[in-house]
Amino acid sequence: MIKVEHLVKTYGSVKAVDDISFEVNEGENMILLGTSGCGKTTTLKMLNRLIEPDSGNIAIDGKNISEQPPELLRRGIGYVLQNNGLFPHYTVGENIAVLPNLLKWDKAKTQKRVDELIEKLHLTKEYLNAYPSELSGGQQQRIGLARALVTDPPVLLMDEPFGALDNVTRSSIHREFKALDELKRKTIIMVTHDVQEAFELADRIALMDKGKIVQIDAPADLLFNPVNEFVRGFLLEQRLQLELKSIKLTDLWTHLTDTGKKINPSMLSSDIGIWEALENFKFYPRETINIINQHTKEVKSITFDQLMSAFSKHKNLQPHE
Amino acid sequence: MNEQQQTLLQFMSQQADKLGVQTMQHIGLTFISLFIAVLIGLPLGIYITRKKNISGLVLGIAGILQTIPSIALLGFMIPLLGIGAKPAIVALLLYALLPIIRNTYTGITGVDATVKEAAVAMGMSKWQVLFKVELPLAMPVILAGIRTATVINVGVATLASYIAAGGLGEFIFGGISLNNTNMILAGAIPAALLAIIFDFLLSLVQKLNVKKIKGVVKIAPVLLIILSCLYFIPSAYGGKLTAGFTPEFMGRQDGNLGLISKYGLKIHTIVISDAVMYKAAQEKELDVISGYSTDGRLKAYNLLVLDDDKKIFPPYYAAPIVREDALRKFPELEKTLNLLAGTITDSIMTELNYKTDYLHQSPERVAKDFLVSKKLWRAEKNGKEGVVRIGSKIFGEQYILASMYSMLIKGHTNYDVSTKSGLGGTKIVFDAMTNDQIDFYPEYTGTGLLAILQAPAKTVNELQTSKDSTYNYVQREFSKRYQIKWLKPIGFNNAYALMMREKQAKDLNIKTISNLKRYLESK
Repeated sequence: MIKVEHLVKTYGSVKAVDDISFEVNEGENMILLGTSGCGKTTTLKMLNRLIEPDSGNIAIDGKNISEQPPELLRRGIGYVLQNNGLFPHYTVGENIAVLPNLLKWDKAKTQKRVDELIEKLHLTKEYLNAYPSELSGGQQQRIGLARALVTDPPVLLMDEPFGALDNVTRSSIHREFKALDELKRKTIIMVTHDVQEAFELADRIALMDKGKIVQIDAPADLLFNPVNEFVRGFLLEQRLQLELKSIKLTDLWTHLTDTGKKINPSMLSSDIGIWEALENFKFYPRETINIINQHTKEVKSITFDQLMSAFSKHKNLQPHE
Repeated sequence: MNEQQQTLLQFMSQQADKLGVQTMQHIGLTFISLFIAVLIGLPLGIYITRKKNISGLVLGIAGILQTIPSIALLGFMIPLLGIGAKPAIVALLLYALLPIIRNTYTGITGVDATVKEAAVAMGMSKWQVLFKVELPLAMPVILAGIRTATVINVGVATLASYIAAGGLGEFIFGGISLNNTNMILAGAIPAALLAIIFDFLLSLVQKLNVKKIKGVVKIAPVLLIILSCLYFIPSAYGGKLTAGFTPEFMGRQDGNLGLISKYGLKIHTIVISDAVMYKAAQEKELDVISGYSTDGRLKAYNLLVLDDDKKIFPPYYAAPIVREDALRKFPELEKTLNLLAGTITDSIMTELNYKTDYLHQSPERVAKDFLVSKKLWRAEKNGKEGVVRIGSKIFGEQYILASMYSMLIKGHTNYDVSTKSGLGGTKIVFDAMTNDQIDFYPEYTGTGLLAILQAPAKTVNELQTSKDSTYNYVQREFSKRYQIKWLKPIGFNNAYALMMREKQAKDLNIKTISNLKRYLESK
């Protein structure tokens, strides 16, 4: 879907982006992760020509983007900014409708699409006539997302979209983000410096440093098969939490013993991570939770201790670094 | 002149016509220049946000223009654009430019970079970003600049009357020269009100939200054009000839008021400062001007004095006036001063003034040349029998006369001389005399009558008929009140006069003010 080849961008003597190549598959959620100054945002902005590269090629859907007029290219790519970039002089409704108006959609079509998005993003229509400054940060960010999605572009670029939000708002938006069907079929490239966020949302992560991609892999591979010390060091501080998040119950299935007593009627899928399973414990003595294996339809009822010991066994089987 | 007792309101209602015309001209001038300033400043301000490297230069030049004193700027305009509305508008426009350019620049560069990036990233073209995002968001700041420019323009437009562009300055500066407080206020109060009102209205616009500003911005050009047109309403009626009178002349009984009441002269009149009036007449921008009959510029610009056949201009015959105790102290003095009596006619005085004012000869040289030609000049005797103190007012003619008297005294008597020239206006030199600081100076009968004695209007009317009656009256009164003696008149009459270009006057066969009136009324 997106193919980046030998991309270079220099500012003065500093190589902001230094010979980067990668591919993003259709429907994939690729996250560019790194500390500030690693070149991730510069890379992102070259994808819709907000920044022109010094050399290298970018093709979207097989078409070289440098051969398209930048305005037309950008109209086909959704863009979400860290500080939402909503127009303060437009109402929420007008903000969402900016692109449809540029594309001269008829009014009814625009209105229908705006209403649809508002509903999907759990906002009420009362907000349509409000100005962005009257909204909370989380709401503003949703409007920013709605504005990027309004024409249903196949590609979405997101520049630290949740960076300005507080932790509580961010995790609730993460949940919505993962649940939003509009996003599931999109090719997304997102920039973040937040490791947790990257692990939570990415299909693949490109970890960047000093203008280069150090490793590009699925989150778990980054964690368990780091290519070098930099990658290991980058994830070290939050390693335990990341492991708990990236190891799924399915991975532990063989190590889990069924207690057999299904007191609790609720059922969790084995596709969730250990972290999420832990979140379901209320922590009273001899508490169990029920898990169903999506493939075999086998159900196990486990205690907290059993979950922890399974995690430990799984870890011991991993290749020692 | 003795009618200061009327109230401001009486004055304003009496002059309502003029006040209306001036106010319209004032608003017109303000907004024509503002309109053009916006047309230039706004695009320029936008342009320098795109070319940051020249922004410093452009803002610097606009800033320098702003620091030029207004009068000087108007002065610079005259050689380039003549007099009237054109130079005034250009000058006002230059003042209005800085706030407009600067605020446009600040407003646009101040737009949140994220918002601009969002606009670009959504696929807006450069122009769409400018018109849909940058300008609307910068509009409050831009409007603040236009508001500042408007207030500046209302203020500076008062000076436009100096170069015959009209406006409320006509009353203000006329009032200042005539020492007429009502007239000053009749101009100053409306000018201040205009500034306050426009400032207030624009502050309302500024506070509107972006949606409503859009509407206002759309009707603003129409409004500006309508306000600008106000300037042209008063000047829509013209005449065959155009007169330019000083603000002082406009308000004097022995000036325009007399022309209207005694001659019934109706002429398209603009108000202009003395400094540019003669030149404007020479350059055919004006046909009739008010001036002084012995001014050197008469000769320099080939102007002809129209005969005042109904005697509305009181005679201003020059004569030395001397303290009576000084005459006793210096017995030779009266005889010596009278050597000059009757020797200098109007045309001779004009010639002498021309030499100092235009040929830039020193007053001493002009005085000596004249005395030599009249065989009155003698070498100095270096006398030791006391010092005679001579005073003079602060203009060329008085310097020449003071020099002549000084040379006569030194050459013909055994007295020495000390000269205190440049004693400001009539009040200063006359006070110096009554306080025994000087012994004598050249004075004019009209000034003695009107400014010093402040004779009642009735007396003035009676005396205006002949030069002798005025002279006799001031001689009698000065002696009685101040113990000061008027010696024999020098000969010339430096009175107010109407003048025209010599050639035009000849072509139209106009010699007197009555001729002028007849010509204006003929079809």
